[in-house]
Amino acid sequence: MRRERLSVVANEPVGPYTLLRVTCGGLDPGVPGQFFMLEAPGRLLPRPMSLCLAPRRELAFLIDEVGPGTAALCRLERGDTIHVLGPLGNGFDLDVERPLLVGGGIGIAPLPYLSEALGRPPAVLGFRSDRHAEAAELVPNAQACVEPTLVTELIPDGMDVLACGPAPMLDAVRALAPGAQLAWEAPMACGYGACYGCAVEIDGELKRLCVEGPVLRAA
Amino acid sequence: MLLNASGCLDALIAPDVARSLDAFVTKTVTPQPRDGNTPVRIAETDVGMLNSIGLANPGIDRFITRNLPQLAELGVPLWVSVGGFETDDYADICSRLDDHADVTVIELNVSCPNVEAPVESAAEIVSASRLATRKPLWAKLSPAVPDIGEVARAAQAAGADGLSLVNTIRGLKLDDRTLRPVLGPGHGGLSGPALKPVALAAVATCYRATQMPIVGMGGVQTGLDALELIAAGAQHVALGTVLFADPDAPARIRAELYAAAAARGWNAYEDAYAVAHEEPLSVQATLDERSSV
Repeated sequence: MRRERLSVVANEPVGPYTLLRVTCGGLDPGVPGQFFMLEAPGRLLPRPMSLCLAPRRELAFLIDEVGPGTAALCRLERGDTIHVLGPLGNGFDLDVERPLLVGGGIGIAPLPYLSEALGRPPAVLGFRSDRHAEAAELVPNAQACVEPTLVTELIPDGMDVLACGPAPMLDAVRALAPGAQLAWEAPMACGYGACYGCAVEIDGELKRLCVEGPVLRAA
Repeated sequence: MLLNASGCLDALIAPDVARSLDAFVTKTVTPQPRDGNTPVRIAETDVGMLNSIGLANPGIDRFITRNLPQLAELGVPLWVSVGGFETDDYADICSRLDDHADVTVIELNVSCPNVEAPVESAAEIVSASRLATRKPLWAKLSPAVPDIGEVARAAQAAGADGLSLVNTIRGLKLDDRTLRPVLGPGHGGLSGPALKPVALAAVATCYRATQMPIVGMGGVQTGLDALELIAAGAQHVALGTVLFADPDAPARIRAELYAAAAARGWNAYEDAYAVAHEEPLSVQATLDERSSV
């Protein structure tokens, strides 16, 4: 666990989302599915973001502006600096035979980095609008659909599913693909097990998603 | 001495952070295991954060058999925060901890916001705990009472060795779209910068009321915040919400604290102890001080 002040390289629009690129400093990009806590200027608490891409000497995060913290991150300009802590949590298990990446909305965030790590396997992505679907360009070999078509309609049998998206999508994926690896999200204050804020029910017990997850095996 | 506020650090997950403190305070331990409250459990506000964790903890049995031996290996003095719903709960846990040499201090979390008679309740809990253990007992008080000085005097009379000030105060956040509570249980405990003036007032009041040793906490973000609590009458300072944003905060705040004391001409931050209660500086001295810092 390491925290450094990193410089913003660029903030680039991707459809309605923003790709925040920062220098990596001495931080390790970690395993796909792990996340970082990003200082949101002017806010008390940092925001958890999974790593989207790890280009040479950079870390890149795909951000959906949903509140004051993400808005502050999206307003960062080249040369600004923010504190970044990570990598945190447990990422995807990359030892899979027939990987299929499944993403929904901003849940595609960890998939570009995951795709690179797995040798660009096939991916299916679901979005709420054509504009949101512009972000599909970040994921190689992706087939994208837009509501009312659901991404779960595009999942063939017999694949090792690695998925990230909204909870209803993950619940649907779990029903279709037992054994899938699912990346969940929860509000968290610290990201490193201190606050107990990100508790989710795992095997009938409330556990900290930042410690036990965010990637969990579907039961 | 710099500590963490109870519930703001897991020393077994982040041992290096715990070792950067002068003592580690555990999450509150209760008689039975508790899963804690239904999510959502935390929410940021413009001036602080709300939490409704709900005293999630493994219960005293598992704490003693599993957690305590691991915590003892950290080599950091250990304060165990104790909670309950009846006076006997506190006494039982205190007696269970009494013969564990690894426990330096027991902090009694007597600040349950649902208690209707805070003075009598604090006195009963401290008295019962005092009979159950020889260990130093620090009473952690809520500032949300009519007269915290009176509660502090009652805790002192009942045998407390020190005070931990303050616990969070109750707050509510509504979702700006649905206008419904954001947190699962509805309300939560407010911490962060919004709590600092409340903590300063509580520390100053309890210092005047009891002259007891105090751990001050509430909204400390910088070394100067810590120095202010010391000036108000705290011997020690605990870090809470700031640890969530910055696990390196203890080292930074310690350095800032030394610098803030030095900038005021003191050799050590202890020299600032309770200066807020001394005669006000003259106007000229105040101006001189301002120009020098």
